[in-house]
Amino acid sequence: MILLSVYLFTRFLNLFSEYDLAVRLIKKLGIADIFDELAFYFKFPFVRYAIIVGVLIALCSSLLGVTLVLKRFSFIGDGLSHVAFGAMAVAAVAGLTNDMPFVLIVTVISAVLLLRTGQNAKIKGDAAVAMISVGALAIGYLLMNVFSKSANISGDVCTTLFGSTSILTLNKTKVWICIGLSAAVVALFMVFYNKIFAITFDESFAAATGTRVSLYNLILAVIIAAVIVLAMNLVGSLLISALVVFPALSSMRVFKTFRSVTVCSAVISILCALSGMLISILASTPVGSTIVVVDIAVFFVFYLIGFLKAGIKK
Amino acid sequence: MPLITCKDLSLGYDGKEILHGLGFEVCAGEYLCIVGENGSGKSTLMKTLLGLNQPFSGSVVLGEGLKKNEIGYLPQQTQIQRDFPASVLEIVLSGFCGVMGVKPFYTPAQKSAAVRNIERMGIPHLKNRCYRELSGGQQQRALLARALCATGKIILLDEPVSGLDSKATAEMYDIIERLNREDKITVIMISHDITAALKYATNILHIGGEIFFGKKEEYMESSVFSNSFGGEKV
Repeated sequence: MILLSVYLFTRFLNLFSEYDLAVRLIKKLGIADIFDELAFYFKFPFVRYAIIVGVLIALCSSLLGVTLVLKRFSFIGDGLSHVAFGAMAVAAVAGLTNDMPFVLIVTVISAVLLLRTGQNAKIKGDAAVAMISVGALAIGYLLMNVFSKSANISGDVCTTLFGSTSILTLNKTKVWICIGLSAAVVALFMVFYNKIFAITFDESFAAATGTRVSLYNLILAVIIAAVIVLAMNLVGSLLISALVVFPALSSMRVFKTFRSVTVCSAVISILCALSGMLISILASTPVGSTIVVVDIAVFFVFYLIGFLKAGIKK
Repeated sequence: MPLITCKDLSLGYDGKEILHGLGFEVCAGEYLCIVGENGSGKSTLMKTLLGLNQPFSGSVVLGEGLKKNEIGYLPQQTQIQRDFPASVLEIVLSGFCGVMGVKPFYTPAQKSAAVRNIERMGIPHLKNRCYRELSGGQQQRALLARALCATGKIILLDEPVSGLDSKATAEMYDIIERLNREDKITVIMISHDITAALKYATNILHIGGEIFFGKKEEYMESSVFSNSFGGEKV
């Protein structure tokens, strides 16, 4: 007994000295400076807004990502975000100050149309997505060019496409809209989780046994559109697909049940968005592409883990 | 009164008719095999029975209080399912999706029923395994367990043994026969395998070209059978 307590006590001391060492190491490497710098940035409300919104968007997009990847609809994010881009251009030309509701409605309608055509259409799913995607992009750019009052058109376009600064220009209303929408998306996803699983795994079985497949597909389309419009603020319309597919693909390398894949991709996505944003603040890199690069890195790590796991089993 | 009565059905897809004047009925406890060449409309007929397709004309009437969401279905596997990350239990549970309506979550009773159905299929050890890592026969059993969650009365099978090796095929037929004999579940099966159809079925529906519907014994005597499988020894 005494021996044990002596042992524990020395372990405790050890731990303490290790902690001390870690603190010294942090100081030596200048990590403390990094924390100081971050603390400095966090004093600005727009940075805090950006982090909150970024994490929420990452969470929402990853939840849907699993379903979209499995339904072979990976590119729907791309298509819809281009539609949203076109809608934003129209809103800008029409002089709307708050373009979010308009963009949301247009995107929801296109999402519904796209997911419907996936089932029984003359133009197949991927072709329909490609058509709507580039069509909206061209019209949007044309409108912006012809009618824009801004002097820096290419800068505006670049911002919408890659989301370079728009996340840092969020005002309080937009932040609340984002929080409200993402709460709604997460709630809907949890309530319809089992239905979403059923229609993703086997649509015809679900329909045959009395699940209202078209209703749930519609709900899914609306959720997807809402997420896309949200995510445009963070990464811009060209990079949204990355937020949707990478976390899902990463977790599918390692996890084997639908629930664990979904949970893991949500966690991956949040962590990647968070670290991506912190890196971009410190290294002053563009927010969207930094997050995506972190996502890519994590994908390769998970790919390797999946590979090793399979190897061990054999 | 029969479970399912089809009257003067006319079927097809993309506006093209492939079958007409089809009439048959399925009574409780029967084992009906639907045979016919590729493209004769077997799958379309099954989708019509399930209400996934609308017939051009004619009617499908459900009897004996059979509700639309009480028909179990074992579809052919899709490409999506082959690499789907889901455990067997998750998939089997999704069989209850139709009966629970707008309720969002499965009840404990449904969960234990799902486990029982997995045990009935003889794969309790695979309950938490990943679906995509199973063999073809094991996957079919998991899907059959899911179909049993949706129904206790009637089950529709679309070529349940396609792509299985001979051992798995024999086991699958065995399970289906047990469900029919012991659990009194009505079976409607599309089959390419005429030998098995004649061995297990009580009734035969032959479509494509000539149409035949009747008892297995009558079918073996009929001209439809000798014309289609003339030289074959069964």
